[in-house]
This record gives sequence, C-alpha cells and structure tokens, in this order.
Amino acid sequence: MNRLRCCFILGFFFMASVLIGAEKAPSLIAIRGARIIPVASADIPAGVILIKDGLIEAVGPEVAIPEGATVIEAAGLCAYPGLIDCYSTLGLAEIGQMPQTVDFRELGRINPQLRAWEALRPDSMHIPIARASGITAALIAPSGGLISGQSGLVRLTGWTPREMLIKAPVAMHVDLPSFGRMGFRPAAAAEPSQPFKELEEAFRQARAYQKRKEFAEKSSQRALPDFNEAAVFLQPVLRGEIPLWLSVHADKDIKEAIQFIQREKVKAVLYGVSQGWKCVEEIKKSGLPVVFGSLTSLPAGWEDGYDALYRAPGLLAQAGVKIAFSSQSSSAAKDLPFQAAKAAAFGLDKREALRAVTINAAEILGVADRMGSLEKGKAANIVLTDGDILEFKTQVKKVFIDGRETDLETIYEQLLEKFKKRESR
Amino acid sequence: MKTRQLFFLLALTGLIMAPALAKGSDLLIKNGKILTVTRGVLDRGDVLIRNGIIQAVGTDLQAPPGIRTYEASGKYVMPGIIDSHTHIALSGTNESADTDTAEVDMADVLNAEDLSIFTALSGGATTACTMHGSANPIGGQNVVLKLKWGRPSQDMVVSEAFRTLKFALGENPKRANRSDADEARYPQSRMGVKALIRRELLRARAYMEQWDRYLAQKQSKNPAVLLPPRKDLRLEALADLLRGKLLARVHTYRADETLEFLGLAREFGFKVACFEHIPEAFKITPELKEAGVGTSVFIDSWAYKIEAAEGIALSAAYCTRQGILVSLNSDGGERIRRLFNEAGKTLRYGRLTEEEALRLITINPAIQLGVDKIVGSLEAGKHGDLAVFNEHPLSAYARCDLTVIEGEVYFDRAAYLQEREEAAKRAKAPKQTGGAR
Repeated sequence: MNRLRCCFILGFFFMASVLIGAEKAPSLIAIRGARIIPVASADIPAGVILIKDGLIEAVGPEVAIPEGATVIEAAGLCAYPGLIDCYSTLGLAEIGQMPQTVDFRELGRINPQLRAWEALRPDSMHIPIARASGITAALIAPSGGLISGQSGLVRLTGWTPREMLIKAPVAMHVDLPSFGRMGFRPAAAAEPSQPFKELEEAFRQARAYQKRKEFAEKSSQRALPDFNEAAVFLQPVLRGEIPLWLSVHADKDIKEAIQFIQREKVKAVLYGVSQGWKCVEEIKKSGLPVVFGSLTSLPAGWEDGYDALYRAPGLLAQAGVKIAFSSQSSSAAKDLPFQAAKAAAFGLDKREALRAVTINAAEILGVADRMGSLEKGKAANIVLTDGDILEFKTQVKKVFIDGRETDLETIYEQLLEKFKKRESR
Repeated sequence: MKTRQLFFLLALTGLIMAPALAKGSDLLIKNGKILTVTRGVLDRGDVLIRNGIIQAVGTDLQAPPGIRTYEASGKYVMPGIIDSHTHIALSGTNESADTDTAEVDMADVLNAEDLSIFTALSGGATTACTMHGSANPIGGQNVVLKLKWGRPSQDMVVSEAFRTLKFALGENPKRANRSDADEARYPQSRMGVKALIRRELLRARAYMEQWDRYLAQKQSKNPAVLLPPRKDLRLEALADLLRGKLLARVHTYRADETLEFLGLAREFGFKVACFEHIPEAFKITPELKEAGVGTSVFIDSWAYKIEAAEGIALSAAYCTRQGILVSLNSDGGERIRRLFNEAGKTLRYGRLTEEEALRLITINPAIQLGVDKIVGSLEAGKHGDLAVFNEHPLSAYARCDLTVIEGEVYFDRAAYLQEREEAAKRAKAPKQTGGAR
C-alpha cells in the first residue's frame, strides 16, 4: 500500500514537472512596421514579426508576409518580448488583509509538498492588470516557514489553472528570516546557524530515506521505509532537477547560503538579497543568479545607505551576476517594469534593466528556449507599446500571449465606466 | 565600537553632513529645465533664491558675486514636493485609549531625529503634513512641517498652515487600529462610528452654548449667578471645528461613508479640508465637486483590505479631470521618497498632462494644507524650496539629486556619495587601540 502510494505520488510529480504546452493559436499573424526590440539581438528600427501557430516564425527588417496572414499595422509602435515576473503571488492573493483570499503561506516549517499553482485563481482581478503592463508570464511562489513549497510559472491568460501553467515545478522555495538577526551574529560563525542546520537536517533525512528506499527496492525481502512526505518531495532538489530558491537578505546569511549550496551540491537561485551589494565578489564566484524582491522598501539598515536597494542591481550586474526582478506581489505585480527602471536610475544599464525582466528571467526560470526574447521558435509573447516599456508614460497597446491577442481591459476600466454612467443621468 | 557605528550611521544619513552643507539661504540654480508648475516650463533657466525666498525665475539671471551656485544643466528643477498626509517625524501616531482624542496635538510629539525626514528629502520632498493615525473616529490635530533635517523640531513647523483635526471612518476605527486591540470597544460598525462623531459634535455644541450663556450673563447689566462651565480641552478643539477655526481631515475609504460625513459637515456647519485615501472617490465626483472638497490619495496602492478593493489607479486622474483638487500622499516613511513616481503613474493611468501630474505633489497639496501662498510652485516671492532631478521627475528613470528648503541644501546626492566613500575608507582603516568601546 505504502509503495503504491509512493509510486503514485512520484508518478504524479513527474507528470507535473514536464513542460506543459500552450494550446496553439491556429492563425498566422504578421506585426508590421514596429520598432522591434528583440532583447537578445540588435533593435530593428522597423520590421516584421511573423507568428505561426503561437510561435514566432520570423523576425526581421524584411520578412515576406504570406498570403492569408492577419496583418497588424504597428508603425510608430515598439515591439517587446513579454515581460516575466520572477516572483509574484498573482492568483494566490486577492485582498492582502483578508486571510480568506490569501493562499501562498502555510503553517509549519518544512513544507516541500506545497505547490503554489494548485491554489491559483485564474479569475484574479490582478492578473489582467499585470498583463496590461506587458507582463506575459509570472512565477507564482509560496513563502513562509523554512521550506515554503514549490513555485510554478504561469502565462497571464487562461480560464483554468491548467491553461495557465507553463512549467511546474520551477523551484523549491526556502524562506530565511534575516532582518531580525542582522548585526547580532558573530562575524565568522564556525557553525551553520539554526535555519541552515534545520535545512541540512531535512536534506540529510531526505537522502537517507531515498537511500533506504532504493536499498529496499533491490530485494523484496527488505523492509520498505515509512512514507515520509518531506523526504519524497525534496527528491527533485537533491537530484538537481529544480533549484533551491533561497530568500536571503543579510550579507552574512547570503554567504552562509552560498556555502550551504556548495556543500549540498544543489542548484540554486538567490532571492531578495537586500545586502547583496556587500558581497558582490562571493555571489559572483558562486555563479548563482540573483532575483530581487520589490525595490519599494527601505534598506535593511540605515548604514547601508538610503539607496541600498536601488543600487544593488547595478552593482551585481556590473560584476557579471545574472539578475532579474520581481514584483513580490499580486496587487503591485503590474509595477515590475518600474522596478527595473528604478534600478536603472541608480546605475543599472538600461539595456540590462530590460534584459532583467525578459531574457535573464527566462534563463533563471529555465525557459529561455521558449520565451524571453523575440526569436524564431519562441512563444509569440509580444507587447506593442507607444514607447519605452519601462516608462510610466508609455501606453501598452497590445499584448500577445502564445500568438493570441489578449484582452487588455481590467477592473480599472470596468469600475470607472460603471460610475461614469452617473454623469449621463 | 558603538560610537564608531553611530558615527558611521550619522555620517551616512546626513545628520552630520546637512548642517555643514547648509551655508545660508542664498542660492542660484543655473541652466536647468525649470518646471514651475504654475507658470509653465523654462527649457533652460535659472532660479535665484535670496534669504530663503525665490527672487526670480528666468533665463540668464545675474547673481551677486559670491553666491552659491548649482549647475543644473541637463537636469530638471521642480518645486519641493509636498506630502499632504504622512506620519513621519513623530514619537507616536495614535492615542488609542479613547475614541475621541481631539485635544491631542501632533506638534507636541515631534521627533526631529526620525530618519524618515532624511528619506523624504532623498526623494525631493520638502514639506509634509504629519498626522494623527486612524484608530479613533476623532483623532488628534495635525501639523505641517518643513523637512529641515538636523534642525530642532520647532524650526520645522509651518505656522501658516491650516489647523486641522483628523477624523477616521470605516475599518480602522472599527477594528481600533491600535496595539492593545484585544478588547472590543465602541464603535464596532460604521453606524457606531458616525453616531460617535455626532454625539461628540452635539456635546461640543452644548458646551459652546453653556459658555455662551455664561459669558452673556457675565456681561449683562444684571448678571445671574452662574458658575463658569468646566473648561474641557477636548470639547474646545471640537468647538474650534464648529467655529471654523479647525478644519477636518477625514480618513475614509468607501464612497457611501464619505457622503454620510459630508452630510454631517453640512448638518453641523464645519469645513472639510480634504478626504484622505478615499479609493472610491471616482464614484462620487459630483458630490465632491459640489462640496468643494478635495482628495489626498494613493495612486494605485490598493486591495490590501476589502474597503480598498475598488481603489482603481484611474481614480486620481479621473477626479482631476472632473475638477476635483487631488493630491498624492505617502501615508508613511517609504512612499514619501517616491511621490514623484506616484505622480508619474498618472501619465499612464488616466493620461494626465505632465503639469497636471506635477500639481498632484506640489501646488494641489499646498492648497489643501493652506500653504499655497508660500510653497507649491517656483514663483518669485515663494519660499526657495525645490528639488533637482537627473531626468524628468515623472520619468521612471528619475533620481533626485538635490533638495533645497529656503535656499539651504538639505540633500545633495553628490556630496552624500562622497561622504559615504570617505566613511567606507575610514571604516577600512586599521582600528586604533583604546578609545570608546
């Protein structure tokens, strides 16, 4: 019975971890005349993007438009790849202070079994608003406890969770509380501090469980281990199939996290990293990518300088660290482009800022083969704007996801229109 | 070690730096793009400040020799940003031991050492109304400050501003937004909140009548022997509201409760200076316009609670176009440093013009606070309060480089960076033995 259950769970896990394909848009679409910013290659002052079956068929200054194609005239507009939010709670949280509507956090310390996408509400009012900012995909992630659970990547369109799912799981999330302890720990701790000890123990148990299970499977005369939920769901991390996504802030904790990752020999992403500017060298040497949380908060400590969060992305990018941004939110997910611009105001190269919300994000999430830039063969996630996609004043005109034009109307317009009717009465 | 850390902290936050930079109150800003807000845009112009007052805004201004000059070529100069509603620079926000605390005055609990003052300056803010919280249906009296970091608090108070009293409707007074909220208290509903406010206003009215009768008797030829009524500072404050000497600033979220409050103001004949937050303002623009009451709002911070679930980002622009006086506020110590970003978003959400957007964080809040004669735009005769940005302040790439109040530099990014570099060098230098540990 136990064995059967284990098999079932693991089997389901495998099923869920394959890339889930989009339902293909059947049509042939040509976007003509736009200034094209492919991100991964040089800008094209005026060109054509050809979309076939939901994928980009061709991008260039002169692309022959086949007969029967739907032509979208886009002269005067800019064409960008859809933006990617590297950490959000879209579809997981509707009204922050109403726990009835918040589903990204569980009780308990070790929760690798939780799958954020299983709580996804496709009808969230925040999703169309984010889409209208040019965001076409978002990681939806759990937080809280120590091991918070698994995140999934979703496209910001679809009627059901399954229609929205692009890839799951993407990462196993670890939430390391930081700020409370900053400045109170010895400079060079010989022993890993408590949360890392806890993590280490969870990993040790998961490895022991797996070893015992494999041992037992070799002979029917050996006893099988008891079912161990945490051990079962940590296996993909131990096998290197998904990265550990460590939310970590204080410089000491960042260094400790890097050591932990190297000891455990797992893949990882550093998240938050408020004091990353203090250990640029260590992060660079680790080769780990960095995803920033929302920049609209105050620095961890005032001695860090008022602009600590603003200047960190520029410093890390300059050192050669791969960086990406995130909204860390549902109601403010739409602000992702402005996070990148804020970092650009404080030293991050503007091109790099754009990469950090497109191709870098796709690479960190392991989907760069299918999104993150305007290239042949990638999903036709395309945003047409009347200017710089990271600027406030820019209007997003059209958003295509997998080659389908999406609805840009949001609850903003719906509510305003409803009450505008008062005027005419 | 402690002393060393403290020094480092103070140096970085400008506590040490600011007074050193504040070399009097004459200043010439040269060759910037000048966004006056009320008098259009000068593509390349100067602002001359003498004795803290703007003497001229124009091109090729001649300044007397020796005057401090800031070269702003390629940069943007705008009036100092005004935050009409925040809670910084205070050593307390809510007096939550009672539901009516009208006698409480925030001017009594100013904290000149609050780092938020420096934070605000780093985002170009120069003036802020710092307010009582929203725990009580009737809170305390608010105070308007110039954000003169490094100065004693009494130097910051803007005496020209309206005297205002904080009211709060909806969820916060219901759930008593306070640390010791374990025990339930009256009111627990919107009807209770409104009834409580009415009760206190009736009490104040009765109090005024007692005093009127007593004073009338005292002055009459054959006075009756009346004991003087008991002096009540709480009722005095509410009496001032009814006399028009204090104006109401009303924390409100829902459209309906806002209309009910307007009804109360009409019933008792007091003035509302401004409605605070009011995410549903777009639903009641005819009434707001008719009452001549403006709003102080967030641009798109919303959906954090149910009464904020319809706080659409289009509301500020829509209300502006409907002729309502709108300002954008921070409500705290973080958003105050990016009010220019909040204003920038109205270019996207509602497509305001650049001037309309800038008004939301300059002249409009100045009017709401009663200080538009002295601040809120770059005009000769007004205070020399301004901010210089690397790019247009409404751009997402904008960064504040200089903040000036009355001709004195309170934030200078270049000097700050230099100071930080030097502090880092000092921190790296070999430690001396002995000294304070």
